[in-house]
Amino acid sequence: MTTESGADSEAKQPQENKETEKGKAKAASQPSQVAAEPALPQNQPEQLPAAVGHSTPARKEQEQQEEDLVSHRSSTSRLSRSPLRGVKKVKIMQCKVTLLDGLDFTLNVEKRAKGQFLFDKVCDHLNLLEKDYFGITYRDVENQKNWLDPSKELKKQIRTGPWNFAFNVKFYPPDPSQLTEDITRYYLCLQLRDDVVSGRLPCSFATHTVLGSYTAQSELGDYDSEELASDYLSELRFAPNQTKELEEKVMELHKTYKGMSPADAEMHFLENAKKLSMYGVDLHHAKLVGNLYECLAPAEGEDSEGVEIMLGVCASGLLIYRDRLRINRFAWPKILKISYKRNNFYIKIRPGEFEQFESTIGFKLPNHRAAKRLWKVCVEHHTFFRLVSPEAPPKKFLTLGSKFRYSGRTQAQTRRASSQIIRPAPFFERTSSKRYNMSRSLDGAPIMENHETLMKDNAVDGEAKVIAKGDIITTVTTEKKAEEEKAEEGDAKKDTAETPEPAATSPLRQDTKTKEDEPAADETKEVEPKITEAAGYLVKYVVDSMTADGPTSSGPHGISLSTTMDDDVFMDGTLREVEEKTPESQDEVSERLVVKVSPGAMRQEVSQAISDKKGTLIILKDAEDKSDTEGKEKSAVPGEFKADEHVMRMASKEEEIPRADTSVVTEAQTTAAKMLSPKVEIKTDSMTQIKGIDSPKKAMASWISEEVKTETPEFISMSTKEVKDMKTSDGLQERAEIFTFKEVQSEQSKSSLTQITVSESSTTSLVVSTLECVSSSQKAPAGQEEKPVIETEALPAKSAGPSSPDITAVATKDMPVIHTETKTITYEAAEVETNGDADPGVLLSAQTITSETTSTTTTTHITKTVKGGISETRIEKRIVITGDADIDHDEALAQAIKEAKEQHPDMSVTKVVVHKETEITPEEGED
Amino acid sequence: MAGLMAGFGHYTHAVVRGIPVSLAKEALRSSQTEVDLAKAVKEQEAYVEVLRTRLGLEVVELPADESLPDCVFVEDAAVVCGDTALITRPGAESRRGETEAMKGALKDLNLNIVEMTDENATLDGGDVLFTGREFFVGLSKRTNQRGAEILADAFKDYAVSTVPVLEGLHLKSFCSMGGPGLIVIGSSEPAQKALKIMQQMSDHRYDKLTVPDDLAANCIYMNLPSKGHVLLHCTAEEFPESAKVFEKLKDHMLIPMSNLEKVKVDGALTCCSVLINKKANI
Repeated sequence: MTTESGADSEAKQPQENKETEKGKAKAASQPSQVAAEPALPQNQPEQLPAAVGHSTPARKEQEQQEEDLVSHRSSTSRLSRSPLRGVKKVKIMQCKVTLLDGLDFTLNVEKRAKGQFLFDKVCDHLNLLEKDYFGITYRDVENQKNWLDPSKELKKQIRTGPWNFAFNVKFYPPDPSQLTEDITRYYLCLQLRDDVVSGRLPCSFATHTVLGSYTAQSELGDYDSEELASDYLSELRFAPNQTKELEEKVMELHKTYKGMSPADAEMHFLENAKKLSMYGVDLHHAKLVGNLYECLAPAEGEDSEGVEIMLGVCASGLLIYRDRLRINRFAWPKILKISYKRNNFYIKIRPGEFEQFESTIGFKLPNHRAAKRLWKVCVEHHTFFRLVSPEAPPKKFLTLGSKFRYSGRTQAQTRRASSQIIRPAPFFERTSSKRYNMSRSLDGAPIMENHETLMKDNAVDGEAKVIAKGDIITTVTTEKKAEEEKAEEGDAKKDTAETPEPAATSPLRQDTKTKEDEPAADETKEVEPKITEAAGYLVKYVVDSMTADGPTSSGPHGISLSTTMDDDVFMDGTLREVEEKTPESQDEVSERLVVKVSPGAMRQEVSQAISDKKGTLIILKDAEDKSDTEGKEKSAVPGEFKADEHVMRMASKEEEIPRADTSVVTEAQTTAAKMLSPKVEIKTDSMTQIKGIDSPKKAMASWISEEVKTETPEFISMSTKEVKDMKTSDGLQERAEIFTFKEVQSEQSKSSLTQITVSESSTTSLVVSTLECVSSSQKAPAGQEEKPVIETEALPAKSAGPSSPDITAVATKDMPVIHTETKTITYEAAEVETNGDADPGVLLSAQTITSETTSTTTTTHITKTVKGGISETRIEKRIVITGDADIDHDEALAQAIKEAKEQHPDMSVTKVVVHKETEITPEEGED
Repeated sequence: MAGLMAGFGHYTHAVVRGIPVSLAKEALRSSQTEVDLAKAVKEQEAYVEVLRTRLGLEVVELPADESLPDCVFVEDAAVVCGDTALITRPGAESRRGETEAMKGALKDLNLNIVEMTDENATLDGGDVLFTGREFFVGLSKRTNQRGAEILADAFKDYAVSTVPVLEGLHLKSFCSMGGPGLIVIGSSEPAQKALKIMQQMSDHRYDKLTVPDDLAANCIYMNLPSKGHVLLHCTAEEFPESAKVFEKLKDHMLIPMSNLEKVKVDGALTCCSVLINKKANI
């Protein structure tokens, strides 16, 4: 059943994968066919799971994605294969996969099968749908653990020795409670128990006790003094060195869990395990090359060069340990590039606040294979945790070096997919961890043969269903964090774009989609081919490291993954950047600009979205409008681009002048409409806003926009959005409001986002009018303009029903009125107006990063434009300070400017806008 | 339900120690100043009184030892987290004897004692900042890499990151925790730099409260039943500007503590007690 024609084996892996799935299903449904293949009797056992095979949502989605890649393939080719398969002579290999419960799963696969096939088989066997967190490992000749590459043939990875594998967790979810299914958490628990017992996940005695007690509860159920012998726990393993004392403590705790379900016990287990500092950290031995900042304090007389360290790869980045001590940490956003050469591994670091230049740090790995392994793990972790969608392997520009890229789904994608799982929780047996009684080598030395019965698929087949695609609205709402939100959005976007009939090639599909919305879409076609050529550009941004990482960060960031592995030729880090400067790319960028969306159409769409649901709809919108960008994605542009896509949001507010309530809404639309034309003023400025709520409290926001010349072509970006939990009734919500507004701005190609934003604000009773808008006065010579104080009305807007398409009207409804005073001061550097109106430039990308502390919210917008061949990066920082206490505005402003300068020493501050808002209460008057 | 790492700032017990007469003359200090012993004793009494009476902690008071002039600064002798107590090996040789009495007291409290026996290791508790989620260990004149490693071994659940302390005596000479996820930090350049390093090294996000005076950044945070967030901090008399900053913490029960004399021998507020949460024991 796994027969592959020569042609097929050349096809892309996902295709093959699907192919085999289908073949499998077919074989299952036609037993006669199986019988007709007497040469492969061993195949039969492995077909059983397949026969039970549920068409998983996960697979469905994956297939759809795959179809993009293989859209050229017609359905006839599918049909043609199965009947003749038996004819081909196929070499079958027996694979033994050690599962997380220590049991072995044996199956036969065709020798040329790819990793994905084996992986899918195992997941089917395990009844696991959320499988993207997992992977299959094998031991190489040096007995080092390697991850099986799903896209490569097994035989090319297992060069020698028996085909023994192990099934493991590859990406440890930082928050296991967000996994959809208990069965997934169960497998994660099994992995973690092994991590603990093996010592890979060190923990204290107290933690061993707690984790052990939950393990006991999950495996043995309630403590029962009559049924359980006093040493009932000694058959379980909780710690590397298990003592009687530990068992007693575990038992004490176990007794207190009466009634706790196994799933709950596992959840508690994970909630504790995830906090351990080494949770999900993949360690690699290395030596330091050069000095590693001042963090590494060498012992007396010791040169830091050559010091033995450990590199830990995890969800958030790269950790550097010396012995048990963490001596440095590089969050993914801090890393510009990772590469390896011979047995060296390099990371290129974004300049910090105290450095002016990027620095490259080198590590010496024991050998070339180790360096490559580390590099791969980094690529995969970065992609999985930071990107919205995987990068395509390098095509045109990187002829040297590894083509390896992570090809699975990212965390964002898998979360989205799993949120659509609606099968009833599958029944599964929690096997007793008997394995701990036997000594088992880590690579899964055989214990028993084929244990299909133990983990048999108990799911009711018919009930595994796929939620229809396109029902994005229902699922998108689940995640709140900015990062996730963005990821979701990107994902949604992708899905939406992929929904159309598979027959169409992606560019065409894009067009179709766009056309529905707007007539101007034809240009998209022309853009498409060029897009492909853009692949490989290194997307650079200047990001404040503080705001860039952490939960509120803006999400995915690109890293240049370069390698020269096989030929050991070191590729210079600047290669890509150089290439960016080719005229070709410039052209391409400008062409892309042509894509327009008619504002009217957009508005309508948005309204619809609003009526469906609030808030998250915006995401949906984005997804659809984004189509042109989407196409690019599919055309195998590295995922980095996608990751970088963000909304161009400043547009609307920039061109607006502060005004009262409803007009803002209207204004937003107009502005947005303007945005669509190439003349849009992309240049933004900075503003500092100070606003007050209860008394002389102020909120201060400043945007410092800076200009830097980079030559980094990028793409029109996507909208990003962050849903903040808005506080509902207190003054604080005002702050949130503004924030949201900023966050949700519209993308260049779509105007109505602003509108949505407003409506959203209304629902949370935000003061619409406080959205301060700085007019496009950037052209004015350096100077200072002070806007008149404007009285505005706040509309706690529950009533501003988001369902109304015409938000403008709604906003005016009678609401409690809060008077606020708004003051805007703009300071502008002269250089801002150097670029005339004539060429406003092309918006390439925009990005927003938000960080929040108790009293301040910092929103950083990074936008990139191209004007006449010069690209420009602008960073706008907006800081909103809300507080009870008196704030020295001047000092705060000075501090903000100072910080901005420190953070981006190579950029200049061109504009500062101070916007101050004070609520005027009868008692206080204005301040 | 057992849970780890919960309840940052929850304390039930405090270990303190009396002030020996020898402190006035013999205690180590970075600047030559006269210590008014009587005033120092008064300060210490007030400190203990707040812990015991106002905050309701069970205070274990160790007697002063004349042969150990610095013995009042108990913090350096032990690091307690959860039910584990690491008995340190202080960086200053004259202070090594301080750990004996501390070990006895902590044993009596049924803590799991881990001793730092490695003769190459030194560690002062004043270099150890526990944030509730991880440790930062200052590598200073008093604390070395080996000491930090042993600490990491003793508290395996937590990440232990090292931070170079370029100026000042200890890491906590310019910073401390002001609440869960809130680092109080001095505004000097070395302090700010250390904060940056800590932020870079951490998987967690911290808010910061910057105070004008480095020494004022050393405060004691507790989260006590029926009292909520409690913060013992410098007085307005000592650091007027910094005190103002603390006064803005509206959610905290603020208790200004005079430390005019002890500071002359590099004693900050945290130095004078080892805080323990017995209920954390599982």
